[in-house]
Amino acid sequence: MDMSAAIDTSQGHVASAVRTDAPPAIVLDKVNKWFGALHVLRDVNLQVATGERVVVCGPSGSGKSTMIRCINRLETHQEGHILVDGIELSDDVRALDAIRREVGMVFQSFNLFPHLTVLENCTLAPIWVRKMPKKQAEELAMEYLTRVKIPEQALKYPGQLSGGQQQRVAIARALCMKPKIMLFDEPTSALDPEMIKEVLDTMVMLAAEGMTMICVTHEMGFARQVADRVVFMDRGEVVEVGTPEQVFNDPKTDRLQLFLSQILRGH
Amino acid sequence: MSDITANSPPVAAGSPPRSAPITAVGPIAWLRTNLFSGWLSTAVTLVLGYLVIRAVMGFVDWAFINAIWSVPVAPNGQAQTQACRELQGSGACWAVVTEKHRFMLFGTYPYEQHWRPALVCILFVALYIVSALKRFWNWTLVPIWIGTLTAIGVLMWGGLFGLPYVPQERWGGLPITLILATFGLAFAFPLSILVALGRRSSLPAIKVLCILYVELIRGVPLISLLFMASVMFPLFLPEGMNIDKLLRAQIAIILFAGAYLAEVVRAGLQALPKGQYEAADAMGLSYWQKTGLIILPQALRTVIPPLVNTFIGFFKDTSLVLIIGIFDLLTAGKTAIVEPSWQGFGIEVYVFVGSIYLVFCFAMSKYSAGLESDLNRHRRR
Repeated sequence: MDMSAAIDTSQGHVASAVRTDAPPAIVLDKVNKWFGALHVLRDVNLQVATGERVVVCGPSGSGKSTMIRCINRLETHQEGHILVDGIELSDDVRALDAIRREVGMVFQSFNLFPHLTVLENCTLAPIWVRKMPKKQAEELAMEYLTRVKIPEQALKYPGQLSGGQQQRVAIARALCMKPKIMLFDEPTSALDPEMIKEVLDTMVMLAAEGMTMICVTHEMGFARQVADRVVFMDRGEVVEVGTPEQVFNDPKTDRLQLFLSQILRGH
Repeated sequence: MSDITANSPPVAAGSPPRSAPITAVGPIAWLRTNLFSGWLSTAVTLVLGYLVIRAVMGFVDWAFINAIWSVPVAPNGQAQTQACRELQGSGACWAVVTEKHRFMLFGTYPYEQHWRPALVCILFVALYIVSALKRFWNWTLVPIWIGTLTAIGVLMWGGLFGLPYVPQERWGGLPITLILATFGLAFAFPLSILVALGRRSSLPAIKVLCILYVELIRGVPLISLLFMASVMFPLFLPEGMNIDKLLRAQIAIILFAGAYLAEVVRAGLQALPKGQYEAADAMGLSYWQKTGLIILPQALRTVIPPLVNTFIGFFKDTSLVLIIGIFDLLTAGKTAIVEPSWQGFGIEVYVFVGSIYLVFCFAMSKYSAGLESDLNRHRRR
């Protein structure tokens, strides 16, 4: 795994790493969820294979964030089954702990811990959840901070970094738990345009390593470059699923056509 | 380069920065902008300046120049306060403090044993200083507190190591105030954190219990709680069982302070963005890890000013125990001037007692200001 070769987002498609021999990493089976009377997820079915990169897009309020937040139970679903790494999500706390150890999450608003240094942000979970010795955790954190190209910021506080740097710290922090699956919830939506690329480059790098990823994003260039499949959601339903070419070049439904015309006008 | 308006000539990049003109900085500029910026502000400055100088001079006259520091004491123990009375208020009679300071500080504690409560006060202050040093913010603080409080108990009660036994009814003055305040806040603070967390719990039983506690305790005056603790509570106890009066007052103060502090802590919890909870959850931290490592460190830093506000308030509220007959510092001061020869010298006594409260409260206030800027370093860029 050579990380030094920075992968440019303008380059060609990253080779697929889907492993058909392994069991699926994530299974959503007829998942339904309501916020009060609002039906936000409607019979969502989705299987993500180990090593697969899935990009989820759709208009705001379509349930895409809610769906990936259900995968590590930041939101609870009310009907259907969700299996992560073969473990079913339920009220069982031990199963949930096991799943959260294996699933890393990156948020739109970074959610770094402002009272801890960058290094402490990265070592916290390995030390307390994985029970790793402090020194080893710090070495690991420095390794990942080097990979996201900000080792020199390790002793600063998050508030002293730019948005793009903070998001890269957030990615390094999630990676320090050595997760099998990474969830990205609109990781570039809160960033200034000139900082989006540095974060996307980091995500492309991860994709090239064969990480299983689900990424909610509107970055079509990124989706074309790394996604094995693109999922289009609207009003709580999965409307279309396909390769980036199928979804972006040959939309089958009116809803997807409308969505694509809207975001393309914006670009 | 800073922003350039359309009309100004372009500044060459890298031109050296100039310092501000002398008319804009420095003491003269400060005086001009703040005190003498116009005829109205000049007039207000002069009038207020005159009043302040008059007041300060009057106080200096009263407290130092015309003051009497000691009076002769007759062989029968009666103080001869004639000289003081002849001043007719034009000067302070500090003789009352000179004569009575030991009674004010230590109450009715046996006179020849006064070194014991004096040592207790020094131990308390030392304990505060050690606890305030960041270097000691670890587990060593627990044995230090247990050791110091045990030593304080032994010194006050005695009955051990050849120290004569002194019943609690004879304790009084500053040690009582420090005991009530220290134990009160040391127990109320952790209690308040648990209650604040409980009020936000997803378990309905815990939540309702915590809300009930806060609303019930906060809804009644501290005085009525102290009365209940002192008069009603013993009625519910079985015959022959008796809990120390000081302890009962102490429990009432802990419960009362806990309810107030809980709301302050809860404000800090509310102020934290939801994302902090979610990030901690997503990492797989347990509830107590999340609370101890992520939530409380941030929440408590936010509420240092109102926390210290409440702390200072309760330090002074301990004086309310006078209504159930406990001799705290203020009550001891009042009692000192009951004696006929010292009647009428209340101002001097209250200035003395007030300045002791002021020293403790001001120290708390200054310390918290330092702590706040130190702990909130991460907010600075």
